[in-house]
Amino acid sequence: MFADYTWTELGSIFAMQGFAGLILFSVFVLMALGLAIIFGQMGVINMAHGEFMILGAYVTYLCSNFVQAYIPSLFGIYFFFAMALAFVAAGALGALVEWALIRHLYKRPLDTLLATWGLSLILQQAYRSIFGAREVGVSLPNWLLGSVPLTDIIEIPINGIFVMVLTLVIAIGVYFLLFRSRMGMQTRAVVQNRVMAGAVGINTEKVDRNTFALGCGIAGIAGSAFTMIGSTGPTAGQLYIVDTFLIVVFGGAASLLGTIASSFAISQAQSTMEFFLSGSMAKVLTLLTVVGILMLRPEGLFSLKMRR
Amino acid sequence: MTNVKSFLSRQDLLGLAIIAAVIFVLMPLAMDIFRLNLFGKYLTYAFVAIGLVLCWGRGGILSLGQGVFFGLGGYCMAMYLKLEASTPEATAIQSTPGIPDFMDWNQITALPWFWEPFNSLTFTLIAIFVVPAAFAFIIGAAMFKRRVGGVYFAIITQAIAAILTILIIGQQGYTGGVNGITDLRTLKGWDIRTDEAKYILYYVNGALLIGALVLCQFVLKSKLGRLLVALRDKEDRVRFSGYDVANFKIFVFCLAAVLSAVGGAMFTLQVGFMSPSFVGIVPSIEMVIFCAVGGRLSIFGAVYGTLLVNWAKTTFSETFPELWLFGLGALFIAVVLVFPNGLAGLYRTYLGPYVDRWISKKPPSGGTPAPAATPADYDADPAAKPAE
Amino acid sequence: MNVVSNNTDFLLSVENLTVSFDGFKAVNDLNLYVDENEIHVIIGPNGAGKTTVLDLICGRTKATDGSIKFRNKELTELREHEIVREGVGRKFQNPTIYEDLTVFENLEISFPRGRSVFGALTFKRDAEVVTRVREIAEMVFLDTLLGMQAALLSHGQKQWLEIGMLLIQDPELLMLDEPVAGMSVSERKQTAKLLNEITKGRSVMVVEHDMKFVEDIAHRVTVMHQGKILAEGSMAKVQADPKVVEVYLGH
Repeated sequence: MFADYTWTELGSIFAMQGFAGLILFSVFVLMALGLAIIFGQMGVINMAHGEFMILGAYVTYLCSNFVQAYIPSLFGIYFFFAMALAFVAAGALGALVEWALIRHLYKRPLDTLLATWGLSLILQQAYRSIFGAREVGVSLPNWLLGSVPLTDIIEIPINGIFVMVLTLVIAIGVYFLLFRSRMGMQTRAVVQNRVMAGAVGINTEKVDRNTFALGCGIAGIAGSAFTMIGSTGPTAGQLYIVDTFLIVVFGGAASLLGTIASSFAISQAQSTMEFFLSGSMAKVLTLLTVVGILMLRPEGLFSLKMRR
Repeated sequence: MTNVKSFLSRQDLLGLAIIAAVIFVLMPLAMDIFRLNLFGKYLTYAFVAIGLVLCWGRGGILSLGQGVFFGLGGYCMAMYLKLEASTPEATAIQSTPGIPDFMDWNQITALPWFWEPFNSLTFTLIAIFVVPAAFAFIIGAAMFKRRVGGVYFAIITQAIAAILTILIIGQQGYTGGVNGITDLRTLKGWDIRTDEAKYILYYVNGALLIGALVLCQFVLKSKLGRLLVALRDKEDRVRFSGYDVANFKIFVFCLAAVLSAVGGAMFTLQVGFMSPSFVGIVPSIEMVIFCAVGGRLSIFGAVYGTLLVNWAKTTFSETFPELWLFGLGALFIAVVLVFPNGLAGLYRTYLGPYVDRWISKKPPSGGTPAPAATPADYDADPAAKPAE
Repeated sequence: MNVVSNNTDFLLSVENLTVSFDGFKAVNDLNLYVDENEIHVIIGPNGAGKTTVLDLICGRTKATDGSIKFRNKELTELREHEIVREGVGRKFQNPTIYEDLTVFENLEISFPRGRSVFGALTFKRDAEVVTRVREIAEMVFLDTLLGMQAALLSHGQKQWLEIGMLLIQDPELLMLDEPVAGMSVSERKQTAKLLNEITKGRSVMVVEHDMKFVEDIAHRVTVMHQGKILAEGSMAKVQADPKVVEVYLGH
């Protein structure tokens, strides 16, 4: 299949597909980061994670419309407000869901899975009732439009670069929050030994709620970033949920580095193959490879040996 | 062969008799053939639900990919029926007569190799059992031998459901794509679209379901059934009692897969088509809710749960399509938070005691009354305790 | 300390056994022998590697190096259920029983017959099984509770039930991890009596913290410290060992 292309063409194809893969990578990382916190740290299966992401996207959409209509002077920077709002909205909903649902089910992970699936159905229908079944898109400020020409053939869209920078910043932020801050330390303490953490004076209920809310909030930011490169519909979240879970499991559930590495591997594999095969076959092959590897190495790519 | 009485208690017989009466007498009298056919369609999902009772309720293995096996069974049947419907005479207007119409539309000029054997009904009937069993065996062996279980197993099976759906939709020349395999007409020359055929298929389906219930009850009442409960609870203890735990999990997963496939095949026969919308993530997880609503520990409950959820789905989505998704979502949450034992749990709390008393008042049907403490009295009722 | 031997006098010979978790050697070059019909107690401070030794013998943890021979058969290459079928039984630290099943069913599942899938499907609760279950239940003081759901037993009764589940397998080597933890004084006495009774015809390895209990039952004591053997011998000899005193009383 390579024979039809010259070397320079092939190089450009790989570069362009590689770049497209990087954007996919960014979305994967943003979604997987929230899930890595909720699933990897807390062991909770949140099947509604995609819907939290879509909430962030809709919040951004509303912000964009509101700013355009009432304070157009701020349109150039509305995106930053929107992102903060998306974080707050998704985080608040997350805290509510933790209080109403998740906290009763910490010992029953499979039941959490079913309950959050129910939640995702309800949220999807709510979005459909409020925003309609059609996909919506946001308008981007001028400075995010256009692209940077790299060579004659290769052009890099600015919004893509912005999303990647954003991903980088958030990934670093999450790393510091989990591994360098007091809150992160408490989270990890609660996860490793709930009783002991409670005994040394950590409010485990509060930590659970904050951690879950944080994971959902990051999903909200992911949704916000998502609007810059695609449109949003009520069921868009469900399209990504299986991929994202596979990414987190593939990376080794408790490892942030693993999550990022597996996002990278999966997104690049998929986007490179997409050029040569049909999109669906690329996805089938990627997912099959991941499932195959997971069957051989169930603990994922990065994992610690534990003394049982 | 084991004496039937050894695994079917009087309560079980009563349960079976009621289900049989509903399927064979009540529904055919109460419904026209259109509604009865719909009811028969629901009953095909009950095969999946009782498989999940074994696998998930008793064994603690949650598969979110049962649609895969339902689909495999359904597609095997559909491929046979499609080939029978695609005779060169019937497809004379195609550029390549004698192959299924969707292949012709996708510029395929010869029957693919894996379609060839489905010209034979014998092969097809065997394949309905063997293909899903083999597929489940491969998945189960790979996962359970490496001690992957619980949540990871659920996610992987879900991914497999997603992969298979994408594959079926993407390869439409070989599979009929998103529309599935449609326009099925005859089985060995017997037109399956007539009302008479629909009645016969409905009764065949009902009989198969009763057979499946008896088979599952036999498995559950054997030591294997108790082992499933044991390994859901303390897998290590079972292992250190000298059992190769993986083999038991593989067995029950394969059994659930085969049951699902039989349901799928009967679905194709009664409804007249098969499509990827019964394979993917969404239908697979809905099948779990059928089982959960019925009470994940009781095979009889699973049948009623399936019927109830599907009846609600049809009723609500016809009249208030928007409310249905809210309702289904709430059902998922309620069945987990409020009544984890489902219909069977409600029955046990409110109705069961009266029924038991009524049954024990009746003189035993022949033979002497059982002595006070038979070993059978030491049996726990795994369906009686709330799942934690 | 021990001379590496190849003789068949011992029921179990553990030689040069090492296991490391990410470089940390939980068990380090350990040699340990268990005689026929011996009650062999392993004591030592927390983290000494006692439970890990039991895990290694029963196959729950894979050894990094060394050998474990049971009746001259290498166990390190076998899987857990195969080790059980060789005649090694293992009780866990926390009572590990099937809470949803009755006492009878708990014991019945452990009855060594019908361990394959097909065997389990065709298993029959015949007179032999019922007699044996009743016999064992009487031994572990549970004969009046056969029909009770195991979740409803007291902590001590659960410990006994698990011991009973091992006894019904009739293992040649029985390994018990803290069998009296959480038991009342009278329950401890009963358990000591039980252990002395069940050693007839088999060997028992016990990991225990309760020194009074160890004195009551032990034929031989091994003291472990930081993955190695510190001292070995009779209880009196071990208690007099200055190294042991130092480890236990510390600085």
